[in-house]
Amino acid sequence: MTDVQESQQPETLHGSPVTWSRGQKVVHPSRADYIKVLKKLLDDGYSMCSDLTAVDYLTHPGRELPVGVAAERFEVVLNLTSIASRDRIRVRVQVPESDASIASTFDLWPGTEAMEREVFDMFGVSFDGHPDLTRILMPEDWDGHPLRKDYSVGRIPVQFKGANS
Amino acid sequence: MRSRSEIGARELLREVGAVLRMSEAEAAKLGQVPADPDEDQTMIINMGPQHPSTHGVLRLMLELQGETVLRCKPIIGYLHTGMEKTGEELTFLQGGTNVTRMDYLSPLNNELVFSMAVEKLLGIENDIPERAVWMRMLLSELNRMSSHLLFLATNGMDIGAVSMMLYGWREREEVLRFFQKVTGLRMNHNFIRPGGLAADLPPGWRDDVLSILETLPPRLAEYDILMTDQPIWRERLQGVGVITADEALALGTSGPILRSTGVAWDLRRDQPYLRYEDVEFDVIVGTYGDAFDRYAIRLNEIRESIRIVYQILDRMPLGDYRIQNKKVTPPPRARIDESMEALIHHFKIFTEGFKVPEGEVYVGIESPRGEIGCYIVSDGGPKPYRIHMRAPSFVNIQALPHMMRGGLVADAVAVISSVDPVLGEVDR
Repeated sequence: MTDVQESQQPETLHGSPVTWSRGQKVVHPSRADYIKVLKKLLDDGYSMCSDLTAVDYLTHPGRELPVGVAAERFEVVLNLTSIASRDRIRVRVQVPESDASIASTFDLWPGTEAMEREVFDMFGVSFDGHPDLTRILMPEDWDGHPLRKDYSVGRIPVQFKGANS
Repeated sequence: MRSRSEIGARELLREVGAVLRMSEAEAAKLGQVPADPDEDQTMIINMGPQHPSTHGVLRLMLELQGETVLRCKPIIGYLHTGMEKTGEELTFLQGGTNVTRMDYLSPLNNELVFSMAVEKLLGIENDIPERAVWMRMLLSELNRMSSHLLFLATNGMDIGAVSMMLYGWREREEVLRFFQKVTGLRMNHNFIRPGGLAADLPPGWRDDVLSILETLPPRLAEYDILMTDQPIWRERLQGVGVITADEALALGTSGPILRSTGVAWDLRRDQPYLRYEDVEFDVIVGTYGDAFDRYAIRLNEIRESIRIVYQILDRMPLGDYRIQNKKVTPPPRARIDESMEALIHHFKIFTEGFKVPEGEVYVGIESPRGEIGCYIVSDGGPKPYRIHMRAPSFVNIQALPHMMRGGLVADAVAVISSVDPVLGEVDR
């Protein structure tokens, strides 16, 4: 359902393929190009990183991606905002399950510090170069990453004092 | 430590010590056993999570040298209930009950952003009836007023203007009474739903809104006498918790915090949604980026909201309050008694939910605290595959270490209060 712009040449931005999703420009850099593309976007005026999150596509593998981008289990999603041109752009990066790590954007937007910690906490994707990659919402000694699709929605047996189980 | 005025913004941001880079266990040891007598000069103390002025269950680790805050680290998660995970288990129709509980001081804005995201995925965002759009604006602005009034109350209490606490709650109550009349509930309304609203405005709503609009301005003038013009109030807030425009942008803050630094960024004006391009209002900006600017911005935003609501009252169109699209709208109650198909339709919508086309979407709107965003991925089923809320408070409180650095402990409370965090939204 993504309205890919009709043209002969596939659209690219800073060397990475571009798609359009509900009227929103989406860039799909590879993991190797990730920081390079973000740096160029920062130079383009996207001075604010509004949001950084991730999606676990374990049970929904058949999503639409541009040619040349192989679907992986995790996807890190950034929503950047340009104050000058009042514009937004979305960045989606594929992160494989076997090596769930990606470079940190802390040096570009220090505000992503907490958001990256949240993604690490909830999805177990680690960010190289992050100054303090620890759990942020869950307790420090928690096992597992709750927002992964193979993490069940908690059915902790409720035990009442004095009840015979 | 060199003072804030001696080092540049860039260095301040990069300074690793701005956030405590150690585990809680290590920090606890450090606090108990000073390794070096000279290091005894600083100590690490906890503030919260059960502190009356941390607005919920926010905990701060502060490294102090005497009365000066050297470093600070907000520790969150005490209210984490996995609402994003819960959201994956609820249908798009039930989702509103979940998101409305995140920022419990502006529930209608949460519902609004969620509904707008779902509508965009469905491709019906331009088909929402005019009356529904203007009703959404009315509720959103009244909610902004009630939220800012509560800020004035808690901010007043934190600084020591205890009578302001009573006044703020009193005024907010008037708005909540109106919400109760319209939606049936004071909070967590689940009133704005994908496709429109749950019901039309009740008879006499116009008089109720007018009475709120007429009561408020003289009382806001009273607050000016009580607080804005008062030397003690100014001494406590001016120059406290300063943040520059560069820092605020780099840290991703939005709303009154970003505007206090002079950046005129308000999504209602800069990326208009609903019919905000059709109403006149000013974006309030500050100059110094301190706690006083953030207070003044919120106070004056109430006045701007009053201005907007007057225009909404003038222009509220007649018509339907929800889209007449069989896919998302249940049939009218009266039809259920006479038509078997209507009954089945009603049953299907409320048990199974409606299917939303595959895709992903991000919608951001201006909540009282800043940009609240909703990122939804749909796999074509009746439940979101992934729902993520970009909570303004979550991002804003990460600016606390930068605002507090080099300040006094006594000002820490003023700084937290000026950020106006809602912990339900921070932890989700």
